[in-house]
Amino acid sequence: MTGLQQYDLVILGAGPAGMASAKEASEAGLNTLILDEQPRAGGQIYRNIGRPILQNRSILGEDYYVGESLLAGLAQASLTHISNATVWEVTGDNTLCFSAEGMSRQVGFKKLLLATGAQERPVPFPGWTLPGVMTCGAAQILLKSSGLTPVEPLVIAGSGPLLLLIACQLIRAGVRVEGIVETTPTANYGRALKEIGGAIKGWRHLLKGMRMLNEIRRSGVKFYKCATELRAEPGSDGNLASVSFRKGSTLHQLECQTLLVHQGVIPNTQLGRAIGLEHQWDEVQQCWKPTLLENGCSSHPDIFIAGDSAGIGGAIVAEIQGRTVTNEIVQQLGLKGKKDSEIDSLRKELADQLAIRPFLDYLYRPLDMFLRPQGETIVCRCEEVSATEIRGLVKQGCVGPNQTKAFCRSGMGPCQGRQCGSTVTALLADELGSNPSDVGYYNIRFPIKPVTLGELASLSQPAQDGTVK
Amino acid sequence: MAADFSFNRLPCNERAEVEITIEGHKVIALEGETVAAAVMHSGLRPTRTTAVSGTGRAPYCMMGVCFECLMNIDGKPNTQACMTEVSEGMVITVQQGAREIGGDRL
Amino acid sequence: MTESVRLNRGSSDVAVIGGGLVGLCIALGIQKQGQQVTVYDEGDVALRASRGNFGLVWVQGKGDNLPEYARITRLSAQLWAGLADDLTQHTGIDIQLQQRGGLFVCLSESELQKRQVILEQMAIEHPEGYPYEVLDLQQLREMIPDIGPEVAGATWGPEDGHVNPLYLMRALVARFESLGGKLVNAGRVSNIIPQQGQFVLQTEQGDFSCNKVVLAAGLGNKELGPMVGIDAPVFPNRGQVLIAERVRPFLHYPTGHVRQTEEGTVQCGDSKEDVGFDTGTTTEVLAQIAQRATTMFPLLKEVNLIRSWGALRIMTPDGNPIYQQSKQYPGAYLVTCHSGVTLAAAHAGPIADWISTGSADSAIDLEKFHGSRFQL
Repeated sequence: MTGLQQYDLVILGAGPAGMASAKEASEAGLNTLILDEQPRAGGQIYRNIGRPILQNRSILGEDYYVGESLLAGLAQASLTHISNATVWEVTGDNTLCFSAEGMSRQVGFKKLLLATGAQERPVPFPGWTLPGVMTCGAAQILLKSSGLTPVEPLVIAGSGPLLLLIACQLIRAGVRVEGIVETTPTANYGRALKEIGGAIKGWRHLLKGMRMLNEIRRSGVKFYKCATELRAEPGSDGNLASVSFRKGSTLHQLECQTLLVHQGVIPNTQLGRAIGLEHQWDEVQQCWKPTLLENGCSSHPDIFIAGDSAGIGGAIVAEIQGRTVTNEIVQQLGLKGKKDSEIDSLRKELADQLAIRPFLDYLYRPLDMFLRPQGETIVCRCEEVSATEIRGLVKQGCVGPNQTKAFCRSGMGPCQGRQCGSTVTALLADELGSNPSDVGYYNIRFPIKPVTLGELASLSQPAQDGTVK
Repeated sequence: MAADFSFNRLPCNERAEVEITIEGHKVIALEGETVAAAVMHSGLRPTRTTAVSGTGRAPYCMMGVCFECLMNIDGKPNTQACMTEVSEGMVITVQQGAREIGGDRL
Repeated sequence: MTESVRLNRGSSDVAVIGGGLVGLCIALGIQKQGQQVTVYDEGDVALRASRGNFGLVWVQGKGDNLPEYARITRLSAQLWAGLADDLTQHTGIDIQLQQRGGLFVCLSESELQKRQVILEQMAIEHPEGYPYEVLDLQQLREMIPDIGPEVAGATWGPEDGHVNPLYLMRALVARFESLGGKLVNAGRVSNIIPQQGQFVLQTEQGDFSCNKVVLAAGLGNKELGPMVGIDAPVFPNRGQVLIAERVRPFLHYPTGHVRQTEEGTVQCGDSKEDVGFDTGTTTEVLAQIAQRATTMFPLLKEVNLIRSWGALRIMTPDGNPIYQQSKQYPGAYLVTCHSGVTLAAAHAGPIADWISTGSADSAIDLEKFHGSRFQL
């Protein structure tokens, strides 16, 4: 492997954590490579921030444009930035493979920072696979990168801060919203209040939430609280035609051509899983996250994780972690890091920013129907496997998700379990009377993104330009 | 494109226009946007049928996670439309079930 | 009474250790004879060669150093249709068995010649007949129009075929349980104690007793064997497998390196590495497998790889199975092989009969598979 291009640090992902890390690494003089899947830096939260598309800046709000300064930091950093690059393998000998422009390349690293962000929590419910149902995050991406708003009539259903945010943004953009169907269970409010101490510390976030709720109220859009039994129904053409739900004793039905759904976000752990890093179940956030030391180091001594992929904290937390974790890496590589006082103040800021999390996590814990679906609800979208089928496999002797996979192909499609993994674990735990921690998760296999056989084959030939070996 | 499910374009900053073909129809997209976005703007739905049951699907996550937006882009089947940027003259069609290979014989 | 017996959680006529393909087939065969069988499985984390394998029911070239292995392989291939019918009929699960012949594709003339020599030699060793054909590129192209231009040729085995190994596992479990067989996810079996003509199994879930015990724990047999007086010199040998997305049917016969499943996915594999218990994959080997597969079928170049994995084959020093009853503790049997799919029908049939009745079918000389051959 002597001919491989070597870097002190390779950063995966150019969202807030990755961009902040890049700036720190460059200032410390590390030979750094940043690889990003998107054509332009920003991650999902600051997507397209380098070329904002909307003429009216008030639609997305100032929180979005905050990303401009991070991008400026990245632009000034002295490093190699490869966009449209998909990392599909990381091996134990500190090398990784990525695909860009139809060609795969291998590079070596001393330290690796995973800043791969979050994905929306999969929200299985009857009809969630219908064309016309998409996530709130997807609608936001369309707004940020193409200035597009969903076809009306539009209904927004689910729970969480992003749900309120996209509702406000679309209302500001002049979109007619037929209804906002909030599924946050009543009981959550009481439980969340126990965490009010943290919430008051994070009062800025609380205030933001209240402003959004006010904005929605003023707009006159119908707001259905504590809804249950969400179901999307197709029309004769097979596309989404309406959504139904229960509120109290009343069953409602709203016609719609777009249904935006959301139940919070969870760390993107796919790469860490494939590498074989240790993960743990977070009962409060109801998701898996990597097991990390306080300095951001994973169970592999040279692999660090920052931002939402380390545990959900949001954009500001990601940015601070990007800086602190990179500082740790800089020091481990024998270079001079920041002053202790500087690090202390970053740590304090981090704690302040995270103070509201317990409140939010308890408040927006999804309704059981989304975590542990029943009946014919599709769980694995790729291979079209239902909740009933997964549950039934326990009676056939399945005790873990890897057996389930072998028995019914769940998790074997192109998304490689990203949309069904957490649900399958939850269903098995439910049927076995166990918990997700003991049930475990799919073994995730490389490549974590599809790569063509031709591209892979090209790696076995000696290449002229250092492409491999 | 029987029914129109077109996503509306808000007033945008200056962008070059790119002409592409979606299911045989010429469509104007904006430089720098993804095929999935252009397809949503065009109003096409569904954008693929599954290899398992043949039911219709359309883009779901727009960030490369769900693989629901697989389409045939410039003759390349099963390509993630949300991870591919539009380019002049691009030809996009619905991905019908499992992909063909060895196209000239089948 | 010892403490282990007091803690006894249950007993059965026959205990099979290992719920992979080998264990399940034997368990099914014995349960069919009316004896109460319990299979003790390690659970979701087991190394599980049964889940990682390639799904070939493969005859050609197997047993080139042990004619008896070739015979049991062919016998199993012949019995396979009956096993598949039985499973499908009783469980409704289509395990997708196809035995229309298989191809071993060779990329170079020298590889093809080597292959031909092996098969010629086997034909001499098997006067009852050993069917195969050697095909040049032209003949091969008539069977598979998409074969690559750089291919030298192939050998054709009319008895070869393939099956969906995952559905096979599922069907075996369903059929076995429907007959009253018990499957226990017991975690690891830590000890086997021979006791007054019986055996006590110590597991994470407590102790279990049985009259007969069958060791079908794959690589676990190395540790378990000596507990009943059988030496099992098994070691892991890693095979890496690539699986590509579903495509329309293009390959109607399995080959030794590439096969298209009924769902349309394409599996590419066959690497042999001695890497201990590492089930991971390496870029270099995967690239070589992809290189070979795309040389054989250039149209695969454009197809997306979806998954890859390493699975551990269970090898013996000569590559052939061990079928052996303990001399020291009669009633304890050890079964190990690296072709759990091909030999499934033999395991569910004659091997299960041998264990349940104590006497072997005259069609195969099981003495040839005795582990004592490694001590010579």
